[in-house]
Amino acid sequence: MEKTKAPGQVKCVVWDLDNTLWDGILIEQDELQLSQSAVDTIKELDRRGILQSIASKNDHDLAMQKLEQYNLAEYFLYPQINWGTKSQSVSNIAQSLNIGIDTFAFIDDQPFEREEVLSCHPEVLCIDSLDIPQIIDMPAFMPRFITDESVKRRGMYLNDIERNKVEQSFEGPADEFLASLGMVFKIEQAKEVDLKRMEELVARTNQLNTTGRIYSYEELDAFRTCPQHELLVCSLQDKYGEYGKIGLALLALCPGGWTIKAFLMSCRVMSRGVGSIFLNYLINESIEQRQTLYAELIPNDRNRMMYTTYRFAGFSIYSEDAGVETLHYSSGARQGYPEFVNIEFPASGLFESVKAS
Amino acid sequence: MSQAIVNTVRQFLEEYIRVEKFENDENIFAKKYVNSLFAMQLILFIEKSFGIKVENEDLDIDNFSSVNAITDFVSSKSTV
Repeated sequence: MEKTKAPGQVKCVVWDLDNTLWDGILIEQDELQLSQSAVDTIKELDRRGILQSIASKNDHDLAMQKLEQYNLAEYFLYPQINWGTKSQSVSNIAQSLNIGIDTFAFIDDQPFEREEVLSCHPEVLCIDSLDIPQIIDMPAFMPRFITDESVKRRGMYLNDIERNKVEQSFEGPADEFLASLGMVFKIEQAKEVDLKRMEELVARTNQLNTTGRIYSYEELDAFRTCPQHELLVCSLQDKYGEYGKIGLALLALCPGGWTIKAFLMSCRVMSRGVGSIFLNYLINESIEQRQTLYAELIPNDRNRMMYTTYRFAGFSIYSEDAGVETLHYSSGARQGYPEFVNIEFPASGLFESVKAS
Repeated sequence: MSQAIVNTVRQFLEEYIRVEKFENDENIFAKKYVNSLFAMQLILFIEKSFGIKVENEDLDIDNFSSVNAITDFVSSKSTV
């Protein structure tokens, strides 16, 4: 039954309710006994930034009521409490969260349910409820990083659920919806306290990542303190709450030209239009400081959107060497910023010292 | 042939560009800030609707800046 998962691979745990989260069967009006080891596990996984949900064959309202009573309802995103198959419930959760099904674990006391899920999703790690006490020590449930963002992750997803509800019911142009969010986008120099989160962001981001290069904490810190490099980080918040630190850019500064060595944004903000703001800021600063702006890309089958972003921002092809493409911004035209977001830029003169040296 | 491309492209754009009317030679990126998500959706739409592959070297904004530009681009890709 136990399959191997890479350390830290599990991003979402799906729980059964009857005889898993509690002893007894809700709909039979049993005297329920909440499992303390399940509750402890749920709270610890939550602290680690692992998302959690429910797949239970039960009466939806009755079960949610019970979870509210136990003060546990808030821990579960997109709970699937219905009479359908559990494999379908797991699919629904994966789709709603937009994360790969190979990052899922499923806990159920019934061998039938575990096998039913496995038959459709062989990549899901299925665990017998008897083994709940071992879960928190299993490497698959130990993320490489636990950061401020990990602890807040569930809250951020809950904010997303709220936003999406409003977005779906919003009638009118997309820009008007974005404007209604009251977004504040902030670009700043990376500080030491940001590095852990940046390391996590580099490791977790594939799609909106220009090179896919991995940088360690130490490497990022070296860039941060090196005068020939600039490491910038951006964050976003709106009326529903914080998205946290959601992107970074690494620039190599040489006399006469700056090169964007890495530029990446979290997929969670893909539809917010803020990646281009970051890029436009770099373009405008380079013009201000009379530097040619170059950008390195390592195209792969997943990061095409970043390539498109650069090209539509006005970058053109400069050179190609061993799989690394270099683009440059040659038009000299300043770029604008959208009206639907408030932007906080780094203190002016961030790059001035570079020019002087 | 070319009129068919124009119609298909207009239909897609009309969903995104919420203005009453826009001309076939009007620059759809000129007035507005370019949203890269829209750019990506446009590329995927073109690939799917016309069965062509937009290569990295084709991703010049001039190829996509108006209905006419897109139509020319699609025609040139289809005949090769």
